Amino acid sequence: MLLIYCPYCEEERSELEFRQAGDAHIARPTNMTEMTDEEFEAFFFLRDNVKGLTFERWRHLNGCGRFFNAARDTVSDKFLTTYKAGLPKPDLSTLRPATEATVETYEATESDAK
Amino acid sequence: MSGANRIPGAGRLTPAKTARFFFDGKSYAALEGDTVASALLANGVHLVGRSFKYHRPRGIVSAGAEEPNALIGVERDAARKQPNVRATVQDVFDGMKVISQNRWPSLAFDVGAVNNILAPFFAAGFYYKTFMWPKQAWKHVYEPQIRAAAGLGVSPTEDDTDHYSSRYAHCDVLVIGAGVAGLSAALAAAKTGARVIICDEQPEVGGALHYDKSVTIDGQDGFTWAQATAAKLARMENVKVLPRTTAFGYYAQNFVGLNERVTEHLAKPDRKLPRERLWQVRAKRVIIATGAIERHMVFANNDRPGIMLASAARTFLNHFGVAVGKKVGVYTANDSAYEAAFDLKRAGVTIAAIVDSREQPGEGVLTEARSLGIEVLTGHGVVDTGGKLRISSMSVARNGGGAARKIAIDALLMSAGWTPSVHMFSQSRGKVAYDNETQRFLPGTYAQDCLSVGACNGTNDLQATIEESLAAGELMSNASGFTASEKLALQGANAFAWTGGMAGAAEGAGPDTTVKAFIDFQNDVCAKDIRLAVREGMHSIEHIKRFTTNGMATDQGKLSNIHGLAIAAETLGREIPKVGLTTFRAPYTPVTFGTLINHSRGDLFDPTRKTPMHALEEAQGAVFEDVGQWKRAWYYPRAGEDMHQAVNRECKTVRDVAGIFDASTLGKIEVVGPDAAQFLNLIYTNSWDTLKAGRCRYGIMLREDGFVYDDGVVGRMAEDRFHVTTTTGGAARVMNHMEDYLQTEFPHLNVWLTSATEQWAVIAVQGPKAREIIAPLVEGIDLSNEAFPHMSVREGRICGVPTRLFRMSFTGELGFEVNVPADFGPAIWEAIRAEAEPLGACTYGTETMHVLRAEKGYIIVGQDTDGTVTPDDASLGWAVGKKKPDFVGIRGLRRPDLVADGRKQLVGLLTKDPTVVLEEGAQIVADPNQALPMTMIGHVTSAYWSENCGRSIALALVAGGKAKIGQTLYVPMPDKTIAVEVSDMVFFDKEGGRING
Repeated sequence: MLLIYCPYCEEERSELEFRQAGDAHIARPTNMTEMTDEEFEAFFFLRDNVKGLTFERWRHLNGCGRFFNAARDTVSDKFLTTYKAGLPKPDLSTLRPATEATVETYEATESDAK
Repeated sequence: MSGANRIPGAGRLTPAKTARFFFDGKSYAALEGDTVASALLANGVHLVGRSFKYHRPRGIVSAGAEEPNALIGVERDAARKQPNVRATVQDVFDGMKVISQNRWPSLAFDVGAVNNILAPFFAAGFYYKTFMWPKQAWKHVYEPQIRAAAGLGVSPTEDDTDHYSSRYAHCDVLVIGAGVAGLSAALAAAKTGARVIICDEQPEVGGALHYDKSVTIDGQDGFTWAQATAAKLARMENVKVLPRTTAFGYYAQNFVGLNERVTEHLAKPDRKLPRERLWQVRAKRVIIATGAIERHMVFANNDRPGIMLASAARTFLNHFGVAVGKKVGVYTANDSAYEAAFDLKRAGVTIAAIVDSREQPGEGVLTEARSLGIEVLTGHGVVDTGGKLRISSMSVARNGGGAARKIAIDALLMSAGWTPSVHMFSQSRGKVAYDNETQRFLPGTYAQDCLSVGACNGTNDLQATIEESLAAGELMSNASGFTASEKLALQGANAFAWTGGMAGAAEGAGPDTTVKAFIDFQNDVCAKDIRLAVREGMHSIEHIKRFTTNGMATDQGKLSNIHGLAIAAETLGREIPKVGLTTFRAPYTPVTFGTLINHSRGDLFDPTRKTPMHALEEAQGAVFEDVGQWKRAWYYPRAGEDMHQAVNRECKTVRDVAGIFDASTLGKIEVVGPDAAQFLNLIYTNSWDTLKAGRCRYGIMLREDGFVYDDGVVGRMAEDRFHVTTTTGGAARVMNHMEDYLQTEFPHLNVWLTSATEQWAVIAVQGPKAREIIAPLVEGIDLSNEAFPHMSVREGRICGVPTRLFRMSFTGELGFEVNVPADFGPAIWEAIRAEAEPLGACTYGTETMHVLRAEKGYIIVGQDTDGTVTPDDASLGWAVGKKKPDFVGIRGLRRPDLVADGRKQLVGLLTKDPTVVLEEGAQIVADPNQALPMTMIGHVTSAYWSENCGRSIALALVAGGKAKIGQTLYVPMPDKTIAVEVSDMVFFDKEGGRING
């Protein structure tokens, strides 16, 4: 069970409180009625289903109730970051990891200990 | 006497504390603290089970969780039977009933053992290759037969009467395993003030100290030190010590599942106590101190009862005071087995010989063996064993051939070295790395905030283990924000440092042989099976595992993995790390369903939602139906009535007089704000600007793809306030849908949404006398048609209670829906009943509600629609605002397929025989005589007997349905074909005059 950081509550909460809500950064067009069938297909039906980094929407359903966005790695299942709805995609190269750095090897920490 | 093989003065159990238990009906003596395995061995019982495939006699191999053979059934009563319990981890309690498994008619004489003789036909992959054809036979012959013969143990047939509990826990440092390493780490962590949980699967902490009597820590006997340390930890406020608790699964972000066995060891457990407790622990840091598991030797007939791991024999002697034999042989590739021989020899047991596959055993143990007068045969192997239900001899030969020497023994101890228990580390998604020097897989790259210490980290030396563990305890506490005030130090000492170890087949079981040298006892997998799998083209270790079943079931690689891998690598001609390791899966040891489910069963499986009037309806004799989590009054049978009679009476009464209906479950959302109308314009297909305060409108909501999502009546309470109703089942998802659009697509709109479903009790009063019923109770609202027309809403009081009174109808009759604050619901319900019943009205349930609305052709979203129905398909096109610039679904509705001809449309069906009621879900065809498979053109969505129409009625989705009105279609059923005429959807009061009273 994952811990997810709610950008509105500003704390990490259990996955049980959240609900995934599909891909992020797909804005509903304002000119809906003028769209061609192909444009509507692309907007409503087509998704990338990426292996690796993905941007998706989550709702803190059993918490504050807010929808927010998350950058998540679908391979490691790790959240890289979460951010409020409406904000642009974060620049991941400058991102601080969502949690503190993971211990890489025993040797590394062993030398720390000494 | 608690068994003839109990050695006076040996072990840590108290001779005076005895218990009796039954094994296959025979009574045996035991001591408190015994496991079933130790108690059976104390009584000289080695034969405890039959193997899975060949039904070979099997004995106790280990003294711990890795036990592959000694799987038993434990019975408390008819309901409380647990199959496949490992005898090595189950405590004996007084009066316990233990039964052996996988044998018929008895353990000593098992008919299934014929499989052993037929073994050549049951090679690896046998099932895959044999039961291929004829195709039909798999379903009807092979599978039932195999299922009957397969499986170990028998499940209880009665409901489990035990209860199970669940806890969430948070800590700074979780320590898994309470041996020397785990205790040292916990001690160091606890001293910093960090919150520590330490768990261990055994009843007592100590791990390897159970058997290794030579260990001292700070001059104290190791096992005694362990108990004292655990007691010290348990007294600390920041520490939780959990014995009998297995960490079975390591999940994302240091979320670890623990299974605590609370009463399994008690003869008469307090029924208030849970049998087992699930701990779901979220730890900032985890220290894995799970130790190592000794491997067996792979040689011909290495599975006879009496053949066991050397460390197990040492545990049985040093902890339980039991000698596993009188004349014991040892076969080893590792020094540790020598110490088992030394301990047994000192306890008075004859050691027939130590057979060591190595030319050069460790110097220290060799010298000690000689000084104790034990014969050591280096560079030798055990090439065969004798004995039927227990080992009676071993045949020993020089490596590389030569004459075998037969030595009489009654137990054989073996050790091929130690496999670090990297299960938890691997489950945490850490990557193991192969250490060439010691031929072991060790923790390599960590994926989570954890550390492995001690034997599971490949650290052999006692003092190194202690120092590494103390450092880890402190380091992990520091990482969680705690610092130590003083450095801890502990001094450990033990007898011998161990060298050696091997992986794969031993002497006489090599590639050129066909002997049964087992690598996985539980799944009956031999060395030759692995080789066969490779020859048949399985080159991936994952394929080899599945083809042979090696390491499957409860083993999960504890004993069999490394041997299987080594043999596969040898056969493939590749190095072990190139072949790779199979994945370690949770659970580490089996977990009962009871533990995983814990409280979530019976009434607690899912929340039950009841309306405010539920108790009154129950008292009135209502029969309830489940609608999602809601309990809804289905119908109200009177004396002597069945459901049909009750529903017919209710239907008739509503239309002739009036009826009262509990509509409280309807979803209700309060939509408030200056932009509320604009928001609803976008969410619904209808237009809301034109709706005046005090009026209501039936609204349809679509998804962006243009399909009907929900419907309901919306009342405008004020310019900036709407009372929205949704379907009962749709309430939560509609709220989510609205919040989603409001928060993310239309955040510029100034609107608040509040779920009010449970704030209002809703009482529908429907029928010609509806007005007469409520008039005496309502204050401040003119109920006349003129002042309060159909589809209006007023605020006022009823019986002095504030109400939102809706003039609306889901029956086609004059109708009101009385909304009152939920707590007043029961009182108002009773007040309305008191007015209604003298007039001849009755309460009605959901079934009557369904019939009445179907008579009027009112749809139910989710019953008459299925997520592929457009408003037009349901004849609701009038509700779509044609001039609106935008609403959710506006573009979807214009998709080519949604405007194409021939779409399935909702129509009425009248059976040619008016007494026949169609079945909901039945398929519809145009020509009943066409060849199979017929072309189906639609299906029945609603079908009822209508007492008011005096005939059956139905709604159906039919391709091009509206154009087929008047045509005859057919509904083929298993026993007959029913002819139906397509009609419009309104069956009763087509003119609609009744709605005005």
